[in-house]
Amino acid sequence: MTTKPLKLRELAKGEDRFTHGHRMCAGCGAPIVVKQVLMATDYPIIASNATGCLEVSSCIQQYTAWKIPWMHSAFENAAATISGIEAMYRSLVKQGKIEDKEVKFIAFGGDGGTYDIGFQSLSGAMERGHDMLYICYDNGAYMNTGIQRSSATPFGANTTTCPAGDVIPGKLQHRKDLTRIMAAHGIPYVAQASPANWRDMMKKVQKAFEIKGPKFMNVISPCNRGWRSKTNDAIALSKLAVETCYWPLFEIENGVTRVTVKPK
Amino acid sequence: MGKIVAVTGNEACAQALKQINPDVCAAYPITPATDLMQRFSSYVNDGKVDTELVLVESEHSAMSACIGAAAAGGRVATATSSQGLALMWEMLHIAAGTRLPIVMPLVNRALSAPLNIHGDHSDGMGARDTGWIQIYSENAQEAYDNTFQAFRIAEHLDIRLPAMVCMDGFIVSHSIERVEYIDDADVKSFVGKFQAVNPLLDIDNPKSYGPLILTDLYHEYKRAQHEVMTKVPNIALEVAADFEKMTGRKYGLFEPYRLDDAEIAIVVMSSAAGTTKDIIDNYRDKGVKIGLLKPRLFRPFPYLEIANALKDVKAIAVLDRADSFGGYGPLFSEITGAVMSMDTKPAVTNKIFGLGGRDYLPDQAEKVIDELIKVAETGKVENIKEYIGVRE
Repeated sequence: MTTKPLKLRELAKGEDRFTHGHRMCAGCGAPIVVKQVLMATDYPIIASNATGCLEVSSCIQQYTAWKIPWMHSAFENAAATISGIEAMYRSLVKQGKIEDKEVKFIAFGGDGGTYDIGFQSLSGAMERGHDMLYICYDNGAYMNTGIQRSSATPFGANTTTCPAGDVIPGKLQHRKDLTRIMAAHGIPYVAQASPANWRDMMKKVQKAFEIKGPKFMNVISPCNRGWRSKTNDAIALSKLAVETCYWPLFEIENGVTRVTVKPK
Repeated sequence: MGKIVAVTGNEACAQALKQINPDVCAAYPITPATDLMQRFSSYVNDGKVDTELVLVESEHSAMSACIGAAAAGGRVATATSSQGLALMWEMLHIAAGTRLPIVMPLVNRALSAPLNIHGDHSDGMGARDTGWIQIYSENAQEAYDNTFQAFRIAEHLDIRLPAMVCMDGFIVSHSIERVEYIDDADVKSFVGKFQAVNPLLDIDNPKSYGPLILTDLYHEYKRAQHEVMTKVPNIALEVAADFEKMTGRKYGLFEPYRLDDAEIAIVVMSSAAGTTKDIIDNYRDKGVKIGLLKPRLFRPFPYLEIANALKDVKAIAVLDRADSFGGYGPLFSEITGAVMSMDTKPAVTNKIFGLGGRDYLPDQAEKVIDELIKVAETGKVENIKEYIGVRE
C-alpha cells in the first residue's frame, strides 16, 4: 500500500473511523490523538483498548464511536488482548481460512494502563514480537478514576492521591521514562509524539505501519480536568510540552535515535 | 474402536487438543498443568497442528490473549491450574460475559497459602461463579472424552460460553492409565468446523466488543447470562448422546452408581469417586444399600435432576475436596440446595477431605459409610461439617 500524503485538504476528505458523538470531555487530547492515528493510514485496522477514559467514553451500551473492529476487555491487558487477535489473524491467514488484507493492529492505553498496571502485558507482547503498534496516550495521571498519581505523573505534581499538602508538597518521585524502557526491549520502532505536531505524529504512525513487528508510540495527551487547564488549551499545551523539551519528539528505529522536531 | 494406550491425564488431554487442532492457544506454565501445554507445544513445533501458540508472560495475559483470539473468530484453548486460574480470575468473568467459547483443561490444584502443588478443588470452586461451564472428570479417559464434548457444548450456537474441563492434579494428570483414543477422522466430524459469531476479523463489518453498560441494562445482561447457562444441561446431554454413538461411552450430567435402590448415598466428584465406588461394592456385598452420585457438570449445577436421583435416600454424605472457611463445603451447599426441592428431606453431612493432595484412602470412605448408616437409622446428624483424613 502506498503511504498516503499528509495534506490537510486530502486528509479532511477521508471517512472518520473514530466518529463524533463519543462522550470524551470537551477539550480532551485523547480523541484528537486517536483521530490523527486513524487518519494517517488507509490500512484496515483492528484496535484493542485498555479500560480508561477513551474506552468508557467511546463505547456505551449499543453506541460505539468506532468504525473499525474494536475490543475492550480489561484495564491491564490491551497488549495481551491485541496479541490474541493478531495471533488469530496470523493463524487463519496461514491456514487459508481468511484472506490476508494487510490488517494492522493497534492497542490504545492511557498512562495508567500502560506505564503501570498494563506494563507487564505490554512488555510481554513486545518481547513476543507481535505485529502491532501500541499507542499510549499519556495525560500524566489516572484521570478516569479522578486524577490519581501514576508513574507518568511528573515530579511535584498535585494529584488527588499525592495532593500538595501542608507537609508533603505533591508527587515526590520523578516520572518513569517509558519510551526509553520500550526502546530497551530492542523492538524495531519506538517514538514519542504530540498531537500539536500532527504531521510528525502521522508520519511516525505511517512509518510504524510499514514495519513488521512490535512498535510503541508514546503520545502526550492533555487532560483539562486533571491539568486544571482550559478546554481549548490541549493543542497549545502539547505544543509547549515539545518546545520546552518536556516532551521531546524523537524516534528510535532499529536502535538509532533521531530527534524529529528540534525546538527553537 | 480407537487405539488403546497407557497415558497420563495430561497426555490424554494434550492428545485431545492435538486432534481438535485449535486455531490459537495462549498459555503460561503452572504445575501440574505445565506438562499438558508442554506436550502440546511439541505438536505445534513438529507441525502436527495448525495452532498459533502464544507463549505469554502470565496467566492473566494467557486468558486475555485467548479472549482477543476468540473474539477475533476462531477456536481457542488454554490450560492452567491453581494460582494460574486465580490470576485469570478477572478475565474468566470477561470471557463468559463476552460469550466466548474458550475451552480450558483445569488441572485442579490447591491454592496458596501455604504453597502446595498437589490436587484439590479449591481452584475450580473459586471460579464457580465466573460464568464458565465446569465439567469434572474422574480419570484420564473422562478428561480426554470431556475435552471433545466441552468444545461442542461451548461452541454450540445456543450457548457460546467458555468451558473448563477439570481433572485432579497429579492423581489424574500424572498417573498412567488405560485410555481409549478416538480416531482423528471421528474427532473431526464430532467436533465439527468452528463457526465464528461476530468475528472481529470481519473487517468489512466492524464490531465493538466490551462496552460500558451501567444501571439501565447490566441487570438484564446478567439475567441473560444465567438464562443461557440453563440451556447447557440439555445441550450437554445431546452432545453426550452423540459421543456415546461414536465411542459407546456414556456420559450424563452426573454419574449415578448403584443408586437405584440405595438408602444412603455418597456424593463425591472426580478421582475420589473411583476409590469410593470400590468401598461401596464391599458394603453392597455385606448387604448395605448404598450408592454414589458423582457430579460431572458442576456449572450449571443440575439441582432438579440430582434431587430426583437422590429422592429415595435417607442420608447423604457430601465429600468436598475444597473448603469454605467458616462455611460448608461448596459441593455440600449445592447438594443441600438440591435437597430443598425434595418432599422428604434426607439428612446430609459434609466431609472435607484430601486438601492439598492429602491421600483419600479406603478407610476414610469406610468411616464415612459407617457413620452414614447410623445417621440413616437415627435421622440425626451430630456434626454437619467434619474434616476426614486429618491429623489431630
